[in-house]
Amino acid sequence: MPPMIEARGLTHYYGPHPAIQDVNFHVDKGEILGFLGPNGAGKTTTMRILTGFMPPTRGQVSLGGYDVVENSLDVRRRVGYLPETVPLYTDMTVKGYLRYMGTLRGMPPRSIKRRIGDVIDVCRLGDYSDTQIGKLSKGFRQRVGIGQAIIHEPEVLILDEPTIGIDPIQVVETRRLIQDLGKEQTVVLSSHILPEVSMICGRVLIISEGRIVAEDTPANLADRFQGVDRLEVEIGGPVAQVLPALRNVRGVAEVNHRRTQNREIYEIQVGRGQDLRDEISRAVISNGWSLLSMHVMGMSLEDIFLRLTTQEEI
Amino acid sequence: MRTVQAVAWKEIQIYFGSPTAYIVGLIFLALTGFFFARELGVAFPEASLGSFYQWAPVILILMAPALTMRLLAEEQKLGTIELLLTSPVRDWEVVLGKYLASLAFLLATLFLTLYYTILLIVFASPDPGPIYAGYLGLVLLSASALSVGMLASTLTSNQIVAAVVAMGVLLALYFVDAASGVAGGVGSTLINEIGLNRHFEDFAKGVIDTKHIVYFISLTAFFLFLTIRALESRRWR
Repeated sequence: MPPMIEARGLTHYYGPHPAIQDVNFHVDKGEILGFLGPNGAGKTTTMRILTGFMPPTRGQVSLGGYDVVENSLDVRRRVGYLPETVPLYTDMTVKGYLRYMGTLRGMPPRSIKRRIGDVIDVCRLGDYSDTQIGKLSKGFRQRVGIGQAIIHEPEVLILDEPTIGIDPIQVVETRRLIQDLGKEQTVVLSSHILPEVSMICGRVLIISEGRIVAEDTPANLADRFQGVDRLEVEIGGPVAQVLPALRNVRGVAEVNHRRTQNREIYEIQVGRGQDLRDEISRAVISNGWSLLSMHVMGMSLEDIFLRLTTQEEI
Repeated sequence: MRTVQAVAWKEIQIYFGSPTAYIVGLIFLALTGFFFARELGVAFPEASLGSFYQWAPVILILMAPALTMRLLAEEQKLGTIELLLTSPVRDWEVVLGKYLASLAFLLATLFLTLYYTILLIVFASPDPGPIYAGYLGLVLLSASALSVGMLASTLTSNQIVAAVVAMGVLLALYFVDAASGVAGGVGSTLINEIGLNRHFEDFAKGVIDTKHIVYFISLTAFFLFLTIRALESRRWR
């Protein structure tokens, strides 16, 4: 079965600055895919391209077999979209807004009537269906935003930062809602909060500075990132003996030596996902040399991971 | 077509539910009413809408931008344009729907001025020709003025900017014939033919000339076309 969404070589420039560069990914039918990345990484740009809001500078996206640029209307009929700043007509009532959005999506009046009831139930807007949107709290507005995205029962739901700026209880409710929706629909969502993505998504793409830097299941990603990749160790001892001894430690991929300001520095590459600090220090001590310092060097992926995990407490 | 209707209906509801539109309508009626009544106060009043037709066009071209300024500028400010443009709606459907809504409100306001005519018919026997032709002229002029306002509203997310730019362009188009003497020759003819004023005058005299009808319709189509193009170009920015 062909994937629901397939993006190849997506590149987008705002003026001379690339927002995303050569982004490739696919989303299978019924999958919940998460875009994870710090603010300004290119998540919103990617989503705007997926929804047909703007064409990519280069590259192609197809959605349900339709090209986003060539068959824009076919794509737009199949997509429900919640932009990051939930755009609502504040002087309309919840019902009126949902009806309007349903009509714009080409729904016949009778099915709009039926769906409004369903959507109000699903998004738990029951008591507020005749309230003016401008009078609703942020969390409720978010629900109205999700409501308009699902009113026409789209095959694909695209949600840009669906839980940003709402209070923690509402965050939990929104996540549950998205998980429920994901049982029947293909969902693409973006977030800058790692635990959130791990909770909701089956697969995660990490995007940083406009490029996809990692792609995996949330569990695998966590494993990969928690390993130590590169160690910088200062050892007091004869270089000719230290080097082979280090290379003999199980799990060590490569060792490089350099001397700076009369200090013997060894750079040790470790197989992904392994923490060899213990083994290395034992090897040094048991040979009678002195272990003067040991640093875990950050890889770019780890930086991102750290930023993502420390940015927000859930 | 259903989407055009949906967009238009939504905007019409907002017009009739918002104070802005009523204030604009009220000012229009008050001003035209004043000019109509002033004419009746002279020593030997003429049973015509002459004074009304002299001032109504100017008031209309100032009023039209106030009606259209919100239409697309607000969508851009609120960000709802993102939903509008990602719905399966063609750009021309959005433009046409909103345009028709503004036209409907303006025509409704214009309709209320018909009581000047009714008063004339009840109390005197006016020459019907200039009255009917004049109204046709006003409708055509309104249609053109609103299309200019639509373009301005598409180009900015600031409603005030949209209104001021449209008023400026319309005033320039209306009074451009004053500059025709400066140019001379072909330039003078050209400037005369571009001006809104010259094309409206004949209607007020009771003359319905195809030339003028074609002028107003072309002008409207041209600005609506530019509006659609401007909206499309948003995607490429």
